[in-house]
Amino acid sequence: MISFLLKRFLVFLITLFGITVISFSVIHLAPGGPLSPITDFNPKITPEYRERLVKMYGLDKPLYVQYWEWLKKAAKLDFGRSFSPDQRPVWDKIKERLPITLLLNFLSLILIFMISIPLGVLGAVKAGSWVDRILTIVVFVGYAMPSFWLAIILMMIFGVKLQWLPISGLHSTLGYEEMTFFEKLWDWAKHLICPLFVATFGGIAGISRYVRNSMIEVLKADYILFARAKGISEKEVIYKHALRNALLPLITILGLSLPGLVGGSVIFETIFGIPGVGQLMWQAVMARDYPVIMANLFLVAVLTLIGNFLADIGYALADPRIRLGDKH
Amino acid sequence: MSLIKELLKHRLGTASLIIILFLAILAVFAPYIAPYDPLEINVDNILQPPSLAHPLGTDLLGRDVLSRMIYASRISLEVSLVAVGLSLMIGVVLGAIAGYFGGLVDLIICRFIDIMLCFPTIFLVLAMVAYLEPSIVTIMVVIGATSWMGLARLVRAEILSLKERDFVLIAKTYGASSLRILFKHLIPNALPPILVSASLGLGQAILIESALSFLGIGVQPPIPSWGNMLIEGKETLEVAWWLSFYPGMAILITVLAFTILGETLQEILNPKRKER
Repeated sequence: MISFLLKRFLVFLITLFGITVISFSVIHLAPGGPLSPITDFNPKITPEYRERLVKMYGLDKPLYVQYWEWLKKAAKLDFGRSFSPDQRPVWDKIKERLPITLLLNFLSLILIFMISIPLGVLGAVKAGSWVDRILTIVVFVGYAMPSFWLAIILMMIFGVKLQWLPISGLHSTLGYEEMTFFEKLWDWAKHLICPLFVATFGGIAGISRYVRNSMIEVLKADYILFARAKGISEKEVIYKHALRNALLPLITILGLSLPGLVGGSVIFETIFGIPGVGQLMWQAVMARDYPVIMANLFLVAVLTLIGNFLADIGYALADPRIRLGDKH
Repeated sequence: MSLIKELLKHRLGTASLIIILFLAILAVFAPYIAPYDPLEINVDNILQPPSLAHPLGTDLLGRDVLSRMIYASRISLEVSLVAVGLSLMIGVVLGAIAGYFGGLVDLIICRFIDIMLCFPTIFLVLAMVAYLEPSIVTIMVVIGATSWMGLARLVRAEILSLKERDFVLIAKTYGASSLRILFKHLIPNALPPILVSASLGLGQAILIESALSFLGIGVQPPIPSWGNMLIEGKETLEVAWWLSFYPGMAILITVLAFTILGETLQEILNPKRKER
């Protein structure tokens, strides 16, 4: 177990190193260098001033020196200042938005699992029947439906036509301060229904298909045959013996599905006007705010890596073959 | 050929294949099929609801939506084909090299895949597009360069199991070079999972392209793409729902067709293979 953890930790460090290298190289893709958005087409910037900027950002030094300088700052969460007119430190901008994105993704992850697991089990138990076929089609429609389109349709129906739900933001702007705690909670909930629906619908396909296929495999195993032979009820066979084993690999899938989920934030945060990191990323891209783009890319990748690492450890703790140090 | 015969036994698979062929015909013969010029602006004819003259209505600039949809299918298929072609090239080559040579090369490639997989595709694509000029070529390259990892893993695993087989050993004893063994014997035998992955990848690429166009950094107007037609339609949603309804449907049906085709191929080619 200890050697397994050490090995995983080593891989974690190597991957982290790789992430820093890739995030660092992305800025040097820019034609005209990383300063071009603030220097190009700006008549106020003389060649002398440009040179001073280059010196200030250390762009005249060799790449590996620049990388090292960047790394030292990144470790302290210092990503420089935004190129946007407010020139705030990048980390301050991200810090206030990160909890919102994390909360939304956490909620939608819980919803995805709560819906996908029963659907997957149902599909596996009734494999090949019309129930399974309909589920398959519904799930694939969820996968194939462009999330931004779904978002627009929801906004149109519930926001504009029926006027049941607000169409943008996290909470009301008018009269929000005067609300009691429960009114505020209700206000948030109303604002989050549509975004959460969009974030969840697309994620159901992958997980429920996985549960279904994994369940079908497990139901063929000898110990299930044995459990049935002992006369245990079908319900108990499925929920007690099969499901537990079929769900084990889901811990790893959880880790693997993180990037997709966080990536989806860009779409639904942009459409529903939710002030999270996804929206920040989009705004930064539109404004060519390189420091913000780079910091966002780096932090999201690091968070994904941490998520994967925790999933790995969780899997090891749950699977006795690894926990007891058996090589498999 | 036997593959197509097998495929025709599956109803959903057949339907998907027909949809894809239909789209391909639309895309290839767009100039002959489209009733109007997709870029022609007609101010006397704006926001017309669907009618006989304009079966899918007209947009804010009086352009025929049906003609634009047909031309957009061209762009979407073009982008996804090139992007998937690129990702196949990277994925197959890296996966095959890792699986065949093993050792340090394998270790480096596997770590590289792990690292790339930590970046959410949309974030990586957005970041790259921000630094490059938004154009159709940029999108193709960026989607291709960020979507090969799953395939590389798949090919690596396939090559690992294939390289111990007898036919490879025989080829080796006859003195065939590594390159020849890889490209003549191993990769052709790893084709089934590559085919499945390509079909799923085409659907995925269409989704990413439309998302990028929707976010305003993909295919640039006036060139029509399903994604940018959708965002143009968003502005007039309340008075002209058809402007964003049809492009959305087109994306949904196309991606669905590629995904179901991929799943069906998977079932036919290897019934035991577990879904990833």
